[in-house]
Parts: sequence; C-alpha cells; structure tokens
Amino acid sequence: MFMFRAARWLILKFLGSKMLKPNTELELSDIVSSATAPFEVMGTGTKQRLGRKVSGLHQLSVQNFSKVLAYEPEELILDIGAGALLSDVEKLVDSKQQYLAFEPPDLSKLLGSKHSGTMGGVLACNLSGPRRIKAGAARDHVLGLNAVSGRGEIFKAGARVVKNVTGYDVPKLMAGSYGTLAAFTSVIFKVLPKPETEETILLKGLDDSAAVTQMSRAMQSSCEVSGAAHIPTVGTFLRLEGIAPSVAYRRDKLLQLLGGKTEVLDAENSAKQWRNIRDVIPLADDHNRSVWRLSVTPSLAPAIIAKIKSQIDLRYYFDWAGGSIWLDTPQGAAQIIRASIGEGHATLIRAADAFRDGDVFQPQPEALAALTQRVKKSFDPRGLFNPGRMVKGV
Amino acid sequence: MLVMPKPDLTVLARRGEIAAALRAIVPGESVIETPTQMRVYESDGLTAYRQMPMIVVLPETTEQVSQALRYAFENKIKVVPRGAGTSLSGGALPLEDGILLGLARFNRILDIDFENRCAVVQPGVTNLGITKAVEHRGFYYAPDPSSQIACTIGGNVAENSGGVHCLKYGLTANNVLGIEMVLITGEIIRLGGKHLDSEGYDLLGLMTGSEGLLGVVTEVTVRILQKPETARAVLVGFPSSEDAGQCVADIISAGIIPGGMEMMDRPAIHAVEQFVHADYPLDVEALLIVELDGPQVEVDHLITRVSAIARKNKSKTLRVSNSEEERLLFWAGRKAAFPAVGRISPDYMCMDGTIPRKKLPEVLAGMAVLSQKYDLRVANVFHAGDGNLHPLILFDANLDGELDHAEKFGADILRLCVKVGGVLTGEHGVGVEKRDLMPEMFSQIDLDQQLRLKCAFDGQGLLNPGKVFPTLHSCAEMGRVHVSGGKMAHPEIPRF
Repeated sequence: MFMFRAARWLILKFLGSKMLKPNTELELSDIVSSATAPFEVMGTGTKQRLGRKVSGLHQLSVQNFSKVLAYEPEELILDIGAGALLSDVEKLVDSKQQYLAFEPPDLSKLLGSKHSGTMGGVLACNLSGPRRIKAGAARDHVLGLNAVSGRGEIFKAGARVVKNVTGYDVPKLMAGSYGTLAAFTSVIFKVLPKPETEETILLKGLDDSAAVTQMSRAMQSSCEVSGAAHIPTVGTFLRLEGIAPSVAYRRDKLLQLLGGKTEVLDAENSAKQWRNIRDVIPLADDHNRSVWRLSVTPSLAPAIIAKIKSQIDLRYYFDWAGGSIWLDTPQGAAQIIRASIGEGHATLIRAADAFRDGDVFQPQPEALAALTQRVKKSFDPRGLFNPGRMVKGV
Repeated sequence: MLVMPKPDLTVLARRGEIAAALRAIVPGESVIETPTQMRVYESDGLTAYRQMPMIVVLPETTEQVSQALRYAFENKIKVVPRGAGTSLSGGALPLEDGILLGLARFNRILDIDFENRCAVVQPGVTNLGITKAVEHRGFYYAPDPSSQIACTIGGNVAENSGGVHCLKYGLTANNVLGIEMVLITGEIIRLGGKHLDSEGYDLLGLMTGSEGLLGVVTEVTVRILQKPETARAVLVGFPSSEDAGQCVADIISAGIIPGGMEMMDRPAIHAVEQFVHADYPLDVEALLIVELDGPQVEVDHLITRVSAIARKNKSKTLRVSNSEEERLLFWAGRKAAFPAVGRISPDYMCMDGTIPRKKLPEVLAGMAVLSQKYDLRVANVFHAGDGNLHPLILFDANLDGELDHAEKFGADILRLCVKVGGVLTGEHGVGVEKRDLMPEMFSQIDLDQQLRLKCAFDGQGLLNPGKVFPTLHSCAEMGRVHVSGGKMAHPEIPRF
C-alpha cells in the first residue's frame, strides 16, 4: 500500500517535467515499476550522442546519486554514486596519489558536450584510454554496483573488495551496456597508486607499417610500455610510467632496442600528448564529419587503413599499438569500414543524427544477437530502458 | 548435508540409448560408461563430495561438443562440463543422471602470436602449458593458480582463477581476450578475439567465472606478457597479525603494488617449517612475503622502501633474497602450505573468503573464537595484497560427524567474512561448497536476477544444475513481471 502511495506521489511531483531525477533508490524503483512507457536512462547526458539515437522519450537521470559512499585508498576501492562527475572523482583520488588506471577519456570536445560526464556513464560505455593495453578497460576495474533493473527491482552485484568470484560477474556485464539493462545508483571501482612520473619516446618519420612494427617490438619487450600510439606525420608515441630511476632505465633500453630518429618528452609534455590522444583531440575539430573507433588485431591496422583509404577520404590515428584505430570520415561510410576490418569491431562514435539510426555498433551474428536479446529481457522484460540505443528494436 | 537436484528416472532408464546416441557423435572409445573407467570422474579437487556420472563423453572438436549439447538439449539431459577436475569448490561434481562432458582432449595450442602478444589455445591446455609454449621468447601467461601444473585454461575461465600474482597482473578475466563457446542448444558463439573489448554486452566478462552454468568453452585467446627482468622477495616476521596487516596497508598507501604479497599465521608457519625447512622464523605471529618484480633498478629501490616500511611496523625478522635460489626458498614454504597442513592433520578443508584488509585482525580474532567453539584447529594463509583469505580447517573425516562439524565451522568463517564487508569466495568459486551460503551475501532479488541470466543462456537449466545457486526455480517462474502500473489508483493521471 505504501508503495502505491509513494508512486502516485512521485507521478504528481514529476508531472510536466520531461526529466525525472529521483533522489533515492526507492523513488527510482517506484518510477520504473509504475512506468507505462520507456525512458532514456542517463547521468548528465554528456554521451547522448554516443550510440544509436534515442529521442522523444522521458528522461530518467541518476545524477542526484552523486555521494562518495566509501573511498578507502589503502583498500584500493572507491564506492561512489553513479551520478558523481568523473572530473570530481579524478580530483578526489589524485589527492591521495591514486588514479583510475584505465584512463577514462573526456570526450566532450569530440561529442560537443559540456564536460566529461559521470562515473555511471564511464561504466555504461566501458570507456578507457591509451593505458587499456596495459591496465585494462572500465570492465577490468569495476568491482560492484547497486542498480534498479527494468523490473523496478533494487539489486546489488559485486562488493567492496578487489578479488571476488561469488556469483556471476554482473558488474562486468554492465560495462558497455549503455543503460539498456539497469539504472545504476552507485558503482564500485578499483583505484590504484598513480605512477610517480612518466616520459614518452617519440619516434619520427615512420609510416603506418613501420610504426606498428616498432610499437609491437616495444610491447613485446619487458619495458612495460603503458601507451603506444601513432599519429601519421606527427610521430609514434611510447609512454613509460613508474618511479624515476625505472623510467630512465626503460627509456634507455627502449631507445637502444628501437633506434632511429627519436625525441624524449618530459613528464609534462608527455602527459599533455597522452591527454590529446586519449580525448581524440586530433580528430575532434570538424563536426561535419563522422568519427569511428575500430578495435582490431593490432598487426592488421596498416592494411585495414590502406584498404579504407583507397575508397574514402580519411584522417586517422592508431592507439593501443594499432589495436584501436580512430577514423575521421565523411558521413555514411559504414559499409566500406565494416567490410575492411576482419575480426574486431567498428563503432560509430560521432555522426550526424541521420546516420545514428543505423548500425552504430558492429552487427552481431544471429545466435549472438538472439542471446543478447534474451540477456536484455532478463533485466528489462518490458523494454523500458533505452530502447534501440544499442540495437534497433531492442 | 548437500542436496543435489533429484535424478530424472526416465533419463536414467534410457542410459543405453543415450550412450549409443553419443557414440554416433564422438568416436566409440570417447564414450565411457563402465564404473571402473568412470571412477576417476566421481569427484574434483573437493573430494568430500563424490558422485558417479551417468555417462562420460570426451569430445575432440567444437562440432562434436555442439552436437552432444544439442542432443542433451533435445532430450532434456543434464550436462556437467569438466576440465582437469582441480576445482576446490565442487564445480565439476557429476550428477547421477547427467552426462559428464570432459574437455581434456582439447589439448592443442592453435596459434602463438608474439606480434600481437596473444595465444589461441584449446580449453584442455594446462595453465602452465601456455607459459611453457611461449617462454622460449621470454613470455608467460600471468595468472598462476597454485594448481597451474594441472588445471586447464578452460577451467580457469569457468572459475575466473587467480593466483599469487593477480594483485598486480589481474585474474583470468583480465587476461582473456576471447573465447569460442557452445550454448546448450548447440549454437556456437565467438566473443572477442585478438582485438580488445568485445562489443555489445560484455558476455566474455560474464562467461568468465560462470562455473560452467552458461556455456561450454571450446577455444580461448589469452594475453601473454614478457617476463619481468628480475624479481626479489622480502621475508618479514611480525609480533602480531595487526602489525603485519598495517605493514601491508602502508606498502599499498606508499604507492607500491608488489608482484606478490602473501601472509601466513603462526600455525601455518609452524606446519610449513616442519615440512620444507625454509628457515622461517618460528617466534613470530605473522610472516609476510613481499615480492617485487621489474627492472633491477626498480626492484632494488622498492626493496629498500618496503624494508623501511616493515621496520616501522615492528618487524621482528627481515630478510631480503640475494639470489634466485633464496627467493625460491622464501616461496617454497608458502607454496607447500597446503600439503604441509595435510601432513599434520588427517584432513583439511580450504576456505576462500575475501575481506577488506583492514578487517584482518577482527576476522583472525573471530576465527580463534570459532576454533575454540568447534574444537578444531585452523591455519591461515592469506593473499594479503587483495584480502583473499585461505583458512585451512584441520579435521579427521574418519571421526564420526567431524566433516559435518568442520563444514559448519567453515560456514561460520565465511559468514564472518561477509559480515565485515567481504565475500564468500575470492578465487575458488561457489560450486556446491558455498552454494547454500549465497543468501548470506545476496538478497533473493539479487539471486533471482542472476538466475534470470542463467535462463537467458540455458532456459531448461540443463548445464551444471545444483551448483552456485541454492534454489532452482523454473525459468517460466523467474520471468514473471510484477507490474504495478496498471493497478494504481487514479488511472486518469497520465503516465509515462
């Protein structure tokens, strides 16, 4: 009886407003349980232009869940409201010389949004930066969460410990689910000590193929390279992080291993370069064009680019030693791109709205698509959360 | 006592027919049905539980796995997948009316790709087998469960196995790039590959640690790494577990993530020393092994810092390894901890909770109280860096009721772990062992949500039933939606 009354109160309170911003899990649960039409689930909406277009729906935002629930640096855990801003979290953990090792990007310049968004958004989009090749993505650092499912049920998964195999790894499943399974209220992440310093080796004058070969050689060494990117005509970047004597030793070792024309960027310059690479600044300027991200077998990157370049006008750069390709293309190049990548996937990151109705994400084979749909239904049987955000009709 | 799903008598009555049907799918000798030959499969590493399977089948190709599963699906026959059978939680415990699907013949390494720093292997390849295949170029596969000589990579994926180095290098989930798997329907699905992050829902992450309940893995792509240039260890004795625990917290607060950080309590130290003579100090309450790896210059620098932190935390003894032999000697004791305890007691039971590290003194004190209550000894080894505790309960299964008694003690320890904010299992899995304790950690709603995921993969509940979840509802029952929207007062109010 109480539940019904509470739900009615909420409806009256929110009537007329297009965005619902519940303050408690119970309010959120009531809104979902009593809903008769789907929602656009979101944090602060900075990634609305990422993924397939969802429009005309009521917005359900978790931005009021923004408290720090627990930050225990010596336990390496941060439990925080899903609506907390990434930029605030970065400041918070930095004050204890820690960081989110998966290097979540700030895509605001690329997407034309106001800021880098929320922690819930970081998880929902499984964002990660150049350090992905060494440290993993958001999926590798999420430890737990509290959420409300499309059934309106409040549930938890995972815990505030760094090692846990109790039950299915539901937190990982939430990474990259784009708000289609559950509305997160809090997320638990592993935090790690920040490296004391960094340096970057810049190799000059390499073509795509030579660059990928050199990046692979660096990655195969014991030098613990934490970033390997290649920007055509600018250079090939290899980042080293850690304590100063170790960075110096590994820098010398790599220089000797790789040879050629090189330059070494100091900590400040290095950090600046990698922020640019992380945030896709080299391709962020021209909003009339599309931006794609390809995740591919690293050694195949040069051939993939050659194939696409022969068909369309292109700007691009490699991250993850070639495993991640950022592409700037004319609108509507999906077919050409997807026909060129082999194993892997191509995601349309930025495009004119007209092109965000198609397959923004890599289309899946039949059995996998059917399984995906069953997984979606297990959390959201009524299709209330972000319908069509990932796949048309799902 | 453990209750397993009731055997389906109609399935048991068709045993001969089922064996014949399976022989049409795999070569004749790959279907095993005599009690003598099936005996080796009656239990896994958790030997307290035994059950003969109905039939054992050992396929060699993905197509055979697909056909066998489709046959089981169409005929409503339960299937228990099995790798090397080293699970410590009973994950591969057979069912009386089930097919035991052994993946041991999937033992080939398919592709070693140094350029892309990965290897593609079949699921029956051992964990150490991967390292052996790539070490000639200085590479290794990082996760190192203590059973690595025997356990298979397929089993590692099913259990999301860890090891002493996972604080720095991650669990199985962080080192697997892709899999091929077969659903109970026989459908073959590929997730990930040599590229990073499978797109769409992270089903690869979900599969890792799903304990054989969602699908059968038939191929695995793993990340391989170049071995660190050097490794050195510090062996430190402390007057109390509080001091040792504080030392661990201070090391991490100082920004140091060691390659390995292991703790043992007094009973474990004494058992080990008698067994391997690793020259461990006997007059300390806690012993810590901290291993630093990387370039020499980094390791030397960190050894100095760790030593200083240990001294600040009242270390009674402190030794730094000065040779590879000495480093291995430090580890010899820790690595022999389980057999060493096995030597001083007829039986032991290994628990596997994870706790927030700061709760260690509280949990150890609680365990001492429980040890008195149950009148059973307990020795502790502890992956100190990540809070993963392995209490070893010493008992004698030949004494009437003592196994039951030890199990109750173990359950109380795990309840204590959950109470202080920890979890039931850090790396061994739930299996049958901790199945009935799941409600200690999860509400019925939490568990139902996980069960609905199971339904999305296996709607008839045929894959490894009786593991992980204490109660099995039918998927139709799980699917009911409670809609309050239609029942509310004031239907005239517009709703969204």
